[in-house]
Amino acid sequence: MPILSAGQRHKITVTLNGEERTGHAEPRMLLSDFLRHELGATGTHVGCEHGVCGACTIKLDGQPTRSCLTLAVQVDGSQLETVEGLGASDGSLGVLQDCFRRHFALQCGFCTAGILMSLDTYLRDQPNAGEDDLRALLSGHICRCTGYTPIIAAALEAAEILRARELQPEQRGPDV
Amino acid sequence: MKPPPFDYIRPNTLAEGLELIGKYGADARILAGGQSLIAMLNMRVAAPKLLIDINGLTDEAYIRDDGDAIAIGCATRQAVLERWPTLAQRLPLIAKALPYVGHAQTRSRGTVCGSIAHADPSSELPLCLALLDGQVVLRNRRRSRTVPARDFFSGVLQTTRLDDEMITEIRLPVPPGNTGAAFNEMAIRHGDFAIIAVGALVDTTHVRVAIGGGDDFPVVKRLPLSGEAALQEALNDLAWSLDCQDDLHATATYRRHLIRVLGQRTIEEAIACRS
Ligand code: FES
Ligand code: FES
Repeated sequence: MPILSAGQRHKITVTLNGEERTGHAEPRMLLSDFLRHELGATGTHVGCEHGVCGACTIKLDGQPTRSCLTLAVQVDGSQLETVEGLGASDGSLGVLQDCFRRHFALQCGFCTAGILMSLDTYLRDQPNAGEDDLRALLSGHICRCTGYTPIIAAALEAAEILRARELQPEQRGPDV
Repeated sequence: MKPPPFDYIRPNTLAEGLELIGKYGADARILAGGQSLIAMLNMRVAAPKLLIDINGLTDEAYIRDDGDAIAIGCATRQAVLERWPTLAQRLPLIAKALPYVGHAQTRSRGTVCGSIAHADPSSELPLCLALLDGQVVLRNRRRSRTVPARDFFSGVLQTTRLDDEMITEIRLPVPPGNTGAAFNEMAIRHGDFAIIAVGALVDTTHVRVAIGGGDDFPVVKRLPLSGEAALQEALNDLAWSLDCQDDLHATATYRRHLIRVLGQRTIEEAIACRS
């Protein structure tokens, strides 16, 4: 690979929620800004831009990642998943989103996209996660509104629904 | 904030990476997981001309059990070490300390060696490296040298790495079988920077205790196991020997208090899990 120079915009192609997307970025462009400003995927929010609030958390090649601590030039050719990919194509909510709505696990919603992406990865890897595990996971997110309790309740219910689905694959709904 | 402008390159081999750091030296920074470096760029605390991204060096993402020590390559992520099946058995100290390193969402990308290279005085992995008496392997284009932890950290965010060198590996010695290990830290919230972090390794006669957040880099002290009163006094002396500072999060007095209290608790826990 040649050196990508600071002043130039370089072509970046990613798979965003299953769809191939291309944009351009200077080396210094953060992945969070690339998603929002280049690709128009504004579901991912930006709070602190130094890795502590968790609002910008997405999935990069299947792993939870702070998009504010990743450069756009680093993800050329990668698979990205953001909150826009959680619902079904007909616009209905995914399991986690639906549980969040039922439990009032969001108020202003600023932190929500990041929390959903963290939980989506975590429940995939730890389907039997309990309250303590979920609280430890949520330490990577700051929510100024909810007090976290409804978030835990929503996550526990989502885990239960997802486990039940796992047992009856033929009844699986739209991908979540 | 946004980072200042820089050039960027992603070498595919270690040799290429060493060539680049050799050529650009102090003008370049190695970008591994980026969980500290990109935050520093965003806050404009760092402004390198070139970032050398080592995330493409997949051959360097290894954990190798050499029997007496565990070697960890420069591209190995913290989450990978956390999930390494024999971690709790081979390096119980690391297994206990890793959950305190940032958050699950940063460990997924942050590297072990990157945290060592960053040398934050309160961070957990430099403390563990020092406590285990580990080594840092530094390479440039022509040679490789192995530096013990005590000669590696030289100040706040400062190490003895030379401008043309890259950390390619760290080695963590496996303590003898009858060693007990414990780790604790006090932070405002879980995952925040530690106000004080304490690690302890206990054998039948002595304890090695390491303190993070009390001085410019982790400080390790070996103390005889000679009763609670003597231990308390030794921890008090240790607390006063460090250059504890007042800052936004805590006073120096509180830091010394934590060294005494958390120190005692951590040593007791290490004794309790000695096999
Ligand atoms: S915006 Fe990325 S963690 Fe706060
Ligand atoms: S819902 Fe407002 S910050 Fe979490």
